[in-house]
Amino acid sequence: MSDDLIDIAPSRLPTVTSPATRPGGQGESASRLPRWAIVAETLSRAFGERVAVDAVSFEVAAGEIFGFLGPNGAGKSTTARMLTGFITPTSGRALISDIDMAVRPSAARRDIGVVPEEANVYADLSVWANVMLMAELHAVPKPARIERATRLLERFDLAGRAAQKGAELSKGLRQRLMLCMALVSDPQILFLDEPTSGLDVASAHLIRDIVGEQNRARGMTVFLTTHNMDEADQLCDRVAIIDKGRLAAIDTPAALRRRVDARRSVEVRFAQFASRPAELAPELAHAEVTLLPNGFRAYTVQPGALAQAIAVRAGALGLRIESISTLAPTLEDVFLSVTSHAVAKNGEGSAV
Amino acid sequence: MSEFLWQARAALVVAKKNAMVYYLKPPVFTFGIIFPLFFYLAFAAGHAAPPETMAPGIVAMALFFTASAVGPLVTPWERQAKTYERLITSPASLIAILSGDVLAGTVFGAILALLPLAIATLATSASVVALLPLALGIVLGSLSFAALGVLLAAPATQGPSQVMMLSNLVRLPLIFVSGVFIPLSQMPPWGRWLAPFSPLSYCADLVRAGFGETQYWSVPADALALCAFITGFMLLAARWHRRTRNRAV
Repeated sequence: MSDDLIDIAPSRLPTVTSPATRPGGQGESASRLPRWAIVAETLSRAFGERVAVDAVSFEVAAGEIFGFLGPNGAGKSTTARMLTGFITPTSGRALISDIDMAVRPSAARRDIGVVPEEANVYADLSVWANVMLMAELHAVPKPARIERATRLLERFDLAGRAAQKGAELSKGLRQRLMLCMALVSDPQILFLDEPTSGLDVASAHLIRDIVGEQNRARGMTVFLTTHNMDEADQLCDRVAIIDKGRLAAIDTPAALRRRVDARRSVEVRFAQFASRPAELAPELAHAEVTLLPNGFRAYTVQPGALAQAIAVRAGALGLRIESISTLAPTLEDVFLSVTSHAVAKNGEGSAV
Repeated sequence: MSEFLWQARAALVVAKKNAMVYYLKPPVFTFGIIFPLFFYLAFAAGHAAPPETMAPGIVAMALFFTASAVGPLVTPWERQAKTYERLITSPASLIAILSGDVLAGTVFGAILALLPLAIATLATSASVVALLPLALGIVLGSLSFAALGVLLAAPATQGPSQVMMLSNLVRLPLIFVSGVFIPLSQMPPWGRWLAPFSPLSYCADLVRAGFGETQYWSVPADALALCAFITGFMLLAARWHRRTRNRAV
């Protein structure tokens, strides 16, 4: 891991990332919104002696999908709660649409929709009443709230369950309802805390689709807290990684991946493999190697050359190769490098 | 829309939500009507008082129990169900949310207090002779009891059962020093010294005036005292709720 990945200085923050430049970005609507939607200015929060968030600073451009990643207890939710005004910072400022959350919290919150991590719909209210409640709290006029609620319930496949109580919904359906509740006010900024955690594939897919749609169609800014690296990679214009309360990295997923090119790897599977990897290629003696059933994965900056060397040597030794792939670094590799967590990793491969 | 109107509207929305979610439940009726009725009857059984003399006490107690029954539980229920965060991150200010809680308790208390009032006037020889003190007693009393309920919801507790314990610990002693069972003028000196610390004392005094009984204080004094309790409870509640919320991890 290169050292410059850690504690990237604020001066290295990219200027406003235009979602118009992102494949599938919303284009025009974002370009008309030059200001920052969210600003965290040296946000800190202590709970007694424990510092949960330590001088975290970043800006999120209007129309941007911003991923906020970190291990459990890193300070993700505390940061999100300071940004949404649920808790006040010990020091620092949170600005939403240029409004200081500490000075005019209600005005700041009119622009936001929040989907907290835990499903928190009103169990005794119907699906329809839950959505209406949030619309009324945001003072959405009656005709507009009926029209929006109808449209959202249709889109989230909940129209047939409008009369069902919140308590009668499965976790996936509750999560969809929570998103309806957050979107019914047409928020400029949507805070999503682990929106697809523990959901079935269909629900997770639907939620990701709709978040992307809303971003493209309305230029809605999204602040996404997630553990799911694929989700962050797929949805986010930029991601920030927080570790032990401090911001460890912030950039576009592609730029972050480039910073861990050393995490490119070669994965080989043999019909039968009992040798030591180092016997296959001299480079492997000094490389980081993870043993796999009937094979191994080796990390290198030149995966192509290593793959060729392994193939040649395996042929000479009479080892039959079942598969051999080079793997690009993933956001998960970046995350693991930054947060120094050693667990097994996956990659997106291309056959050689 | 001005900020005040916006927040007033939000308070109404919260009150409507509370009515739909929390108030129309059997335990609320148990605490609001049956509990004070039997409480009072148990006391009255040992005293040879005519039924009409019990009417003001039962009305005041029913009001006290109904208006303050659910308020202490709303926030702990919301915290437990994780809906509290959703409410707090909405544009409704904390004051608007608490006002909504108070409003729901007030309306519920006032409506349910009409039941013993109707029974008392129809089934006994008791009659309402002064509408203004009675109306003030019901409205201001209900507001102050609901505000007390919201104040009791503020401590960071593990769940509603702990709040109920705290709530009863505070509410029950208030009954005994309030002149509900015995008119304040007939209470021992220590009782008369403690009575001003209970909002129920002033409410019961106004209700007694409504039924044409002798007042201990005057109508303006009772009304002012109840207004002071409402303001004090709300300010304390806002401060305490803010502190509790801010400790959430």
